[in-house]
Amino acid sequence: MSEENGLIYRISGPVVTAIGITPRMYEVVRVGDEGLMGEVIELHGDQSVIQVYEETSGISPGEPVIRTGQTLSVQLGPGLLTQIYDGIQRPLADLEAKMGVFIKRGVDADGLDMAKMWDFKATVAVGDEVAAGAILGTVQETETIEHRVMLPLGKSGVIKSIESGEFNVTQTICTLEDGTEIAMMQEWPVRTPRPFVQKYAPNVPLITGQRILDFLFPLAKGGTAGIPGPFGSGKTVIQQQLAKWSDAQIVVYIGCGERGNEMTEVLTEFPHLIDPHTGTPLMNRTTMIANTSNMPVAAREASVYTGITIAEYFRDMGYDVALMADSTSRWAEAMREISSRLEEMPGEEGYPAYLSSRLAEFYERAGRVQTLAGGDGSISVIGAVSPPGGDISEPVSQGTLRIVKVFWGLDAGLARQRHFPSINWLSSYSLYPQALDQWYRDNIASDFPEVRTEISALLQVEAELQEIVQLVGSDALPIDQQLTLEVARMIREYFLQQNAFHDVDTYSDLNLQYAMARAILSFQEEAKKAIAGGAGLEEVVNVQARTDLIRGRFEDGYADRIEGLVAEMSKQISTASEGN
Amino acid sequence: MSGKEYRTITDVKGPLVFLNKTEPVAFGEIVQLRLTDGTVKNGQVLDTSNDQVVVQVFEGTARIDRQTGVKFLGDVFRLPVSKDLIGRILDGAGRPRDGGPPIVAERMADIIGAAINPYSRRSPESFIQTGISAIDACTSLVRGQKLPIFSAAGLPHNDIALQIARQAKLVGSDDDFVVVFCAMGITAEEYNYFVSDLERTGALENAALFINLADDPAVERLITPRLALTAAEYLAFEHDYHVLVIYTDMTNYCESLREIGAAREEVPGRRGYPGYMYTDLAMLYERAGLVKGKKGSITQFPILTMPGDDITHPIPDLSGYITEGQIVISRELHQKGIYPPINVLPSLSRLMNAGIGPGKTREDHKSVSDQLYAAYAQGKELRGLVAIVGQDALNERDLQLLKFADLFENKFLRQSRDEDRTIESTLDLAWDLLTNIDTKFLVRLDQKWIDKYHPTEKKE
Repeated sequence: MSEENGLIYRISGPVVTAIGITPRMYEVVRVGDEGLMGEVIELHGDQSVIQVYEETSGISPGEPVIRTGQTLSVQLGPGLLTQIYDGIQRPLADLEAKMGVFIKRGVDADGLDMAKMWDFKATVAVGDEVAAGAILGTVQETETIEHRVMLPLGKSGVIKSIESGEFNVTQTICTLEDGTEIAMMQEWPVRTPRPFVQKYAPNVPLITGQRILDFLFPLAKGGTAGIPGPFGSGKTVIQQQLAKWSDAQIVVYIGCGERGNEMTEVLTEFPHLIDPHTGTPLMNRTTMIANTSNMPVAAREASVYTGITIAEYFRDMGYDVALMADSTSRWAEAMREISSRLEEMPGEEGYPAYLSSRLAEFYERAGRVQTLAGGDGSISVIGAVSPPGGDISEPVSQGTLRIVKVFWGLDAGLARQRHFPSINWLSSYSLYPQALDQWYRDNIASDFPEVRTEISALLQVEAELQEIVQLVGSDALPIDQQLTLEVARMIREYFLQQNAFHDVDTYSDLNLQYAMARAILSFQEEAKKAIAGGAGLEEVVNVQARTDLIRGRFEDGYADRIEGLVAEMSKQISTASEGN
Repeated sequence: MSGKEYRTITDVKGPLVFLNKTEPVAFGEIVQLRLTDGTVKNGQVLDTSNDQVVVQVFEGTARIDRQTGVKFLGDVFRLPVSKDLIGRILDGAGRPRDGGPPIVAERMADIIGAAINPYSRRSPESFIQTGISAIDACTSLVRGQKLPIFSAAGLPHNDIALQIARQAKLVGSDDDFVVVFCAMGITAEEYNYFVSDLERTGALENAALFINLADDPAVERLITPRLALTAAEYLAFEHDYHVLVIYTDMTNYCESLREIGAAREEVPGRRGYPGYMYTDLAMLYERAGLVKGKKGSITQFPILTMPGDDITHPIPDLSGYITEGQIVISRELHQKGIYPPINVLPSLSRLMNAGIGPGKTREDHKSVSDQLYAAYAQGKELRGLVAIVGQDALNERDLQLLKFADLFENKFLRQSRDEDRTIESTLDLAWDLLTNIDTKFLVRLDQKWIDKYHPTEKKE
């Protein structure tokens, strides 16, 4: 049944209609003389509507359409890490080798290197009973990541033979009593979530080293976050920072419909980055999917599913995975484009009516779970949204906000003032702190949640005071309120602003973040005392030690020196008050 | 399948012609239409099936009737490319417009253009000095970038584009740019202005022009930029040229896109523009860049006029999501008589960090640029406050920032149309202006740069 042939009836951009085949929904078909890859997305009487993953110009009606019997799947096994794929898991390096710098069509490439030999170490023995998802053995995939080879879904039984040694991904490493042969590679249809035992509540933070994120608006491991931001607000830089610095063991980065040059920056920068957690190249724990805005739109639609399926596979091994999708708006637009070619009745702003259910399905694939193998794994999903005109009342932003638990609201105004990361501290939110507070108390400081509350309260007060200042100027405020403004300014400029391109400032661990927040509160406390003792605001604010404290964050070893700097600042401030 | 002429037109609607019952016709195939009076028009297949073919006619559908003969040429649209393109003026469909001979093709290039494999790109990192301080200091351009000018009716965007075309150079390199100029629906007057300026400066000999004027067929505009970019790709990636593509006006291009969409009765997206406009624009803008193993580069300068000065309009909005930043022209500055009226606050160059710094421009460039932004942004904000409460309510810091904002506009932004400032003089000028602010308020500047470059505080 799988080798059934039909003919092209109609072609309209990336949408092709075929007759003479009776495929299943989402089945992959080969279209035209060149065998372009497509996916069945609608059945309509005897016509099958296909979205084609490659450029269709020059294709004529009457050319063949061939069924494959399979739905769009990815190849899973050792060799995923360090790879850079297009939206349908073709390695970009292979494509370059086959067709040069421009992507031509009709070229196939396997997602995994079929020839490469891996050193497989069995961890189960003959006679063991194994169920689907059980870990059969390991392969040191990269220097830092151990690939855990799992029994594919739908298989189970007693092991008849299993061998350690050198294998490629398609060779049999294990046979079951019933004769089933198992290789390291398995395939999984991208549109179907991989199963797990149960989902846990998210109560461990995903640490990113970005002060405003970790401290004020934390994301839990297995959580979901949305970053809507107008263009030019520094969204891409934040996503890249997260990919670099978050403490997930595996990073899946989906560049979906984004700029070629920026994608290249990521692609060229990543291989040179050193993972701060292991001291080895960051690519060792990364899989990237790059589908730029001018690559075929249907492959863009698929890229998000390809990415999350790979993430789920690593989750099932028991890893914490961070998945970044930049940008889900481009993905939604791909849906819209295809939907309009299908002449579907549009929902809001031309997006298909199923937009929000697709978004929800995607984000629901995040979570911290008990895997089939019995371990814990998680996928944290961070989706960028690019609202047209920066207006988040549009359908993609709204559909996303209804689902995600963390909102990092980027602000073009802050970006214009060169306040980076330009995350607005007033409009952003995280619903995780309550679930995470115990973790912070146990691991960082017992009063961590209180310090956070105090910092965010100060920012809130500042916003209210600013409204008054706008009207009457800051000099008209009483001195204690002027001090509050200074403290808030210190929070903004010293704590919230973080230079992604600065070697030292780019990452702050939680202990340092806590220390910096405490330093601000110490300044407030000392300044209050000094002012009560008669010191002027200017004197207090301008003490040299405070400037040293602030500038010091750009220097190595700041974490060790900060305590001393704070003590010095306190001393100088109290001296300032004695002068009066 | 070529050779056969069909007379099976059923419907003609706007720029589209619908035909029945043909042999299989390929998607994207080019089409020749022979009218009963002998005129020949050209078109392209937009939708094809066994029963019906939809053809978009570039020259408009005027005088087409059911007797019109339609011939499918069995190929997609191609441009004859050769080095002879340099120095030529072609029309919007690639035919000579300068009275010269037809281009002798080295080969025929498909104008759709394949996507560059992102893995095969090289990162743009060579600073291009435009000689315009606002751009060089604050939104630095790098080779391989696509940086649009967001302008509006009545603003001097053409002057700025020409000044860039004239002055753009790589610091410490003699490589010149070849300019590919693509006009879409501009007036004859604007066209003459461009051509005479290019002629005056001798740049015309080093340029290839693709011209679709306001009275040329609107649908033709959909292929004009593709021709220009095909020429640019050929020159850059087969002959190692550094190509600067200027196209104006993207807004007219998008209008044409909307026209076709409406004629096809497509479901419209925002403001009637088709839902695939993002992808369509991306297929133009993304043809900028550098690739591995080739010396040449394509840098793009699209000019678009924002309808109603509205930066959230779909055209600037979608462009901004694809291009690597934008240069925003401000009516307010223009009315103050400042040329070039570039508002640096919403302007941005996303590739700036890769192109500046030690060895490229100067080590203090990033800090200085950040400080200029911050100080100017705050100064501008204070103007609003002063309007309400007067200057007396301001403290010392605010007064300095306020004064700085004025100086920045009048001394830094303002320059003449033929003033070509080096990046050093631009940065030195910035330092001069920053002396008007106490160093303790210059929080974006590393102390080491103050020690080294501050005109009055530096330590020798």
